[in-house]
Amino acid sequence: MSYCRQEGKDRIIFVTKEDHEAPSNAELVADDPNDPYEEQGLILPNGDINWNCPCLGGMASGPCGSQFKEAFSCFHYSKEEVKGSECIDNFRNMQECMQRYPELYPQEEDKESSQAEASSSSVSAAPTEGSALPPETDSTPATSTSESAVSSDSTSLIDNQTAS
Amino acid sequence: MLKCRTVWKKLAPLARASSTVCRQNVRRTGLNNSRIPACVPVAHMSTGPAGGGRENQLYVLLVGAACVGGAIYTYRTVKGDNQRYQDRIDEISSRPYKRATEEPATPIQSEPPVIPEPEPEAAPSPEPQAAPSPEEPSPLAPDAAVAAPIETTEPPPADEPVVVASPEESAEPPAAPVVEEEPSPPSEPSPAELTEPPPAPVVESEPAAAESPAEPTEPQPEVVAESGGPAPASLKVPSHTPYLLIGGGTASFAAARSIRARDPGAKVLIVTDEPDPPYMRPPLSKELWFSNDPSVTETLRFKQWNGKERSIYFQPPSFYINAEELDGAENGGVAVLTGKKVVHMDVRGNKIKLDDDTEISYDKCLIATGGVPRNLQVIERAGEEVMKKTTLFRKIEDFKSLDKVSRNIKSITIIGGGFLGSELACALGRRSTEYDLEVVQMFPEKGNMGKVLPEYLSNWTTEKVKSEGVKVISEALVKSVVCKDDKLEIKLKDGRLVKTDHIVAAVGLEPNVDLAKSAGLEVDSDFGGFRVNAELQARSNIWVAGDAACFYDIRLGRRRVEHHDHAVVSGRLAGENMTGANKPYWHQSMFWSDLGPDVGYEAIGIVDSSLPTVGVFAKATAKDTPKAATEKSGTGIRSESETEDTAISPVASLTPAPNVGQHKDEYGKGVIFYLRDKVVVGIILWNVFNRMPIARKIIKDGEEHADLNEVAKLFNIHDD
Repeated sequence: MSYCRQEGKDRIIFVTKEDHEAPSNAELVADDPNDPYEEQGLILPNGDINWNCPCLGGMASGPCGSQFKEAFSCFHYSKEEVKGSECIDNFRNMQECMQRYPELYPQEEDKESSQAEASSSSVSAAPTEGSALPPETDSTPATSTSESAVSSDSTSLIDNQTAS
Repeated sequence: MLKCRTVWKKLAPLARASSTVCRQNVRRTGLNNSRIPACVPVAHMSTGPAGGGRENQLYVLLVGAACVGGAIYTYRTVKGDNQRYQDRIDEISSRPYKRATEEPATPIQSEPPVIPEPEPEAAPSPEPQAAPSPEEPSPLAPDAAVAAPIETTEPPPADEPVVVASPEESAEPPAAPVVEEEPSPPSEPSPAELTEPPPAPVVESEPAAAESPAEPTEPQPEVVAESGGPAPASLKVPSHTPYLLIGGGTASFAAARSIRARDPGAKVLIVTDEPDPPYMRPPLSKELWFSNDPSVTETLRFKQWNGKERSIYFQPPSFYINAEELDGAENGGVAVLTGKKVVHMDVRGNKIKLDDDTEISYDKCLIATGGVPRNLQVIERAGEEVMKKTTLFRKIEDFKSLDKVSRNIKSITIIGGGFLGSELACALGRRSTEYDLEVVQMFPEKGNMGKVLPEYLSNWTTEKVKSEGVKVISEALVKSVVCKDDKLEIKLKDGRLVKTDHIVAAVGLEPNVDLAKSAGLEVDSDFGGFRVNAELQARSNIWVAGDAACFYDIRLGRRRVEHHDHAVVSGRLAGENMTGANKPYWHQSMFWSDLGPDVGYEAIGIVDSSLPTVGVFAKATAKDTPKAATEKSGTGIRSESETEDTAISPVASLTPAPNVGQHKDEYGKGVIFYLRDKVVVGIILWNVFNRMPIARKIIKDGEEHADLNEVAKLFNIHDD
């Protein structure tokens, strides 16, 4: 049985599970998806990539940032049947660069980068980075809708966080 | 004389049309000549002379051309002289450093197989890299442009030094010990230098410095001898950087990352007075204390519940580039200058001065100086003996020293009942049985977190802290502290006496606004810190983020927040705005606290216990602990679980949490709303995790809700 009590200016309500089962009638303001103030996900409303997305961690800002951006951009805008098939060189550049910084990009990224090429999801790039650069304690779990399905990659994201 | 005059008179019409000089002459002569007035009307009427026709025309043309030619020649000569002067000056100044730029170019090119090859590549490379020259306040871009022509105009002399250098380079793989290069540069360059002009020899030693940070001192003497360069063992600091971040903490790092993501190839320089690169602070008072690794004070790594490990440093050292390489870095990078304090800021001149008198100019600057722990006046006045036994906890070195001290003493007292004080008390309390350590915590409020939690919850929390092994003394005001027989005696206002070996003062943070005076920046009188607008801007090129920023929150009003996530959010935002985003502070930051492994909460917004609150609770089960939350979400720190929220699938199976026994208390888990004028301005999620987005939304809406129980339903507090 739910009950309520007042201690000075503070109100305390105890609720049972049953009492909270009915759906809430609290009204929330509808969100504007194009609100310029809001934190954006990985893909901006105009289709561009948000390089500052917390989900990318430091991939776009690290020493191999420019290579990563090139490879990922190429992949993102690729219209080939096998998406990103023309981006092999870019990905190779990126991989070469990453191999020069094993501390930042641990060697599990070998399988990750091949996943990035093969898989059609943008978040596969994130685990490659995420393995080396754990995301900051940021409150934005922002991801684009296409990534939500890639749970297997996300799992490896966590596994790979055994930083060197 | 007369002839000239007549000639000029005839020329008048044409001259007027072609050159000002001629015109002036005509006027001058005209004034002395009575005939002029007669000529004037003719001049205005036609361009062709009245008589003489073609001959006149030709004559006029020739003279006109001569004048113009003369003017052009004069102009060119003067400009050329100027240019040559500038070249010469630049060349002289860039001399000692020019080859520093060539050398880094060689490793970047991997192994130059053929000797001549590096040369052409080396020639263009000085362009971008120019010369980091501390003595030169002028921007390096013109230097670079100028250095290039010098290089190309002096290929013969330049050849030799390069040739001399590159055999060194190509003969040894770049990875090979720089040691080999060092003996050779001194011998080879010395004769060479005497005959050759600038860069080569001195630069020989430079590359050694540039390549091997471990051996900066050895080549330096050469530099000093040769060129009278910087003092031995001092790293060369760029004299200009596009992005300057003052302070090397969380906000600064977040800004650096943001800038690099948005501005391709950005060059970011972080200047910090700490000896460490950017690191995160929360583990210093939480996770690091729970580590079983005896070398934790060295590694600063911690193992989490699920075995995952990470360092408190945001990035390993290989992420950063050396400060002296910043200018030359093709794709930019982040350089950290440690152990340097910014003592003066010249806003008009867009430059700052370090404590070693080095000046660095910037295009855009972020002030993220954080703060300094406050101390109690009674302790400050108590003398050095007491100060020696007092820790003001904030940095890595404080953690190291406190860890060491706590192992060797019998009793420790923490003064302060807020976040830091309570967390340290719980951390040390856990050690108390292991090390036979008495842990005392004292504060003026009635209970732990008295300024944050409503009274009933504060009392409950205090009981929790006590059960962690802490002796809590509430409503304690320190009157005096003296050192007697190598022990500290704390006398409270109500007469109680506490004897202890060491004190930790956790009584707040003083925001660091030292630069406000020299920079002429506004300081907030209510909250402290630099006063900035909603976009974190203090002046057109200056932003402030983190603990030191008193900013305008569109939803919640002007405030200053001292939490980790705020540093991340505001740092990111500042970085975005420094690269042209012009966004206000909108995404509300959160904070959290763990009091031992069994209780924790996350909070957002204004959480002040003086506000009226409404708390909605359910009974807690064994599953509602921070430990269980981390196990379920598969992350070690709850701080990370926010970011990986949607990307996570439970990795570890939900192991049953240790039997916490019966919950006598009623406040197992729930949601507490903080109200200001009937609008929810703050929310605490009490033992309820991974629901921050809903809380954020409610605050963002800023609506008046008639029934907060209905709002509480949105959190599904009964679910796991």
